[in-house]
Amino acid sequence: MSEISFVRPDPNDFLDIDALLSEEEVLLRDTVRNFVEKEITPHVGEWWEEGHIPTADLAKAFGELGMLGMHLEGYGCAGTSATAYGLACMELEAGDSGIRSFVSVQGSLAMFPIWKFGSEEQKQEWLPRMATGEIIGCFGLTEADSGSDPASMRTNARRDGSDWVLNGSKMWITNGSVADVAIVWARTDEGIRGFIVPTDTPGFSAPEIKKKASLRASVTSELILDNVRLPADAVLPGVASMRGPLSCLNEARFGIAFGAMGAARSCYETALEYSKERVQFNKPIGSFQLTQAKLVEMMVAVQKGTLLALHLGRRKDAGTLTPEQISFGKFDNVRHALEVARTARSILGANGITLEYPVFRHMANLETVYTYEGTNEIHTLVIGQSLTGLDAFA
Amino acid sequence: MRVVACVKQIPDPSTPYKLEEGTGWLLRPNDQVLDDTDRYGVEMGLQIAQANGGTLTLVSMGPTGSAQGIRQALAMGADKAVIVDDATLRGADALTTARVLAAAIGKEGFDLVITGTESTDGYAGVVPQMLAELLGVPSLTYATSVEASSDQVKIHRQTVTGYDVVTSGLPAVLSVTAGVVEPRYPTFKGIMDAKKKPLETLTLADLGIEAGPAQEVTGVNPAPEREAGRKIEDDGSAHLAIIELLEQKKVI
Repeated sequence: MSEISFVRPDPNDFLDIDALLSEEEVLLRDTVRNFVEKEITPHVGEWWEEGHIPTADLAKAFGELGMLGMHLEGYGCAGTSATAYGLACMELEAGDSGIRSFVSVQGSLAMFPIWKFGSEEQKQEWLPRMATGEIIGCFGLTEADSGSDPASMRTNARRDGSDWVLNGSKMWITNGSVADVAIVWARTDEGIRGFIVPTDTPGFSAPEIKKKASLRASVTSELILDNVRLPADAVLPGVASMRGPLSCLNEARFGIAFGAMGAARSCYETALEYSKERVQFNKPIGSFQLTQAKLVEMMVAVQKGTLLALHLGRRKDAGTLTPEQISFGKFDNVRHALEVARTARSILGANGITLEYPVFRHMANLETVYTYEGTNEIHTLVIGQSLTGLDAFA
Repeated sequence: MRVVACVKQIPDPSTPYKLEEGTGWLLRPNDQVLDDTDRYGVEMGLQIAQANGGTLTLVSMGPTGSAQGIRQALAMGADKAVIVDDATLRGADALTTARVLAAAIGKEGFDLVITGTESTDGYAGVVPQMLAELLGVPSLTYATSVEASSDQVKIHRQTVTGYDVVTSGLPAVLSVTAGVVEPRYPTFKGIMDAKKKPLETLTLADLGIEAGPAQEVTGVNPAPEREAGRKIEDDGSAHLAIIELLEQKKVI
């Protein structure tokens, strides 16, 4: 019969989830963690407050590490496992959801469609420089009036001789104003198609969206396409349907299932430390039953969500992960991360509303993460459809 | 140019160290990490090897375990690693360590050996100098800055009052202080490639040497608890008390 160990669990890895990671995964995770602790965490509160991030410097630093398009093979990409990509997202988002968004958009939304649906020439032209961070990409699918129902998009592309001419606008586009290239999805006579749009093409503009109260350490923009004329080879040849953009979103959502748990972990760890140091009624608030209950709920949520993400990672690496299972991860991990952030905020009391601690920043960011890349509601209905075989939408 | 960096796997410093009962020797878990101070030597070695068209070989002594710590250094960009792992080396002292490293480095061949100043788990701080003596080459120690070409090395050696400028021909042994260069983060490609790089494990028999007598730990005492600081209540003259205190400590 097997024995019970009496080694006291690590409060920051209660179930010893680290034991499920390979040596290589631990090394990679620790590398990103060190990078975030040294290069992101000390500055991100200020970036968030100012609503400004040094995108070019970050892109270069991420590129040097090999983080951009890390899970893609060839073309200067590192070619890691999907699980390793997820772990990197988790560490980045422990820094800030906006920083993770930057990397998600570059790798999963801008590089992935070129890698998956692009011609050999397109891959050669764009991917190596996107992997180094020399070129920043963005992804244009959502429109002001077309969010959860992307197939209702109005942006269109029509042929003019051998050229394509694009008209329309996109909304809530991460990295839009700082991008050198945009992957724009547009309606055509042949279905929904993806276009590689250099952002210096005449007729293209990307005004930044200001006055955000969330994801402030991230650039969000509108893309305006006013008779943007592109050569014939600007279209991604490999897909002509909603399958194109949706497959990109699957990649990004997968990363979010991990990332959200990074933000949640940061909140939990901050609250745990705070509860041991903050003294009221002559004892640390961590000694009060209400606080302990909150800490336990947070820890359990973080550990379960991390296990879930890791399980999805293993399935993705095995080639057995389905979009509905990705919805499970995005749906459940983000809502729990948001709850953890709010609970941590309550433990920190008034200090919880300042940017001296990461908690409020994570909490405000997670409100966006809850909605973007498939709203919580849509993911619920995707899972509901999968259970019943009955469509609640579309 | 053949550059060798000596590295050591140590128990994760963020976990409490455990000593073996009876011998007082440090218990080493299967998963050890790269001694953080070694990253400076590895970075220095990579820069020198890259600038002079050479290779960087890591040489280490101790239980291989999962070799996770060695892979960390390989992931930074070193070309290969040699670990001397032999059960008879348990409890090895600084001189034995230096003899073993010298034998492995001699077998490997070298133009420049780079070490940290001391390990974070042992803190003896004498291995680099012993190593140079055993290899019969000059030692340049406590470098805070280094210029190296294919036949010469010039360093600033940190002293109590400033630094000495020390120059030597090669081959030589060089010990570098933390901060001599900024260690790079391993790249993801480096991490992926580290698994494929050669990692050779040698026994003492392979090197044709025997372990010396193990060190005997005659006693282990817990570090004294840190004493509470002195509190000065400010009745308007606290600054005078603080100035007096600082003067006593000879900091002002």
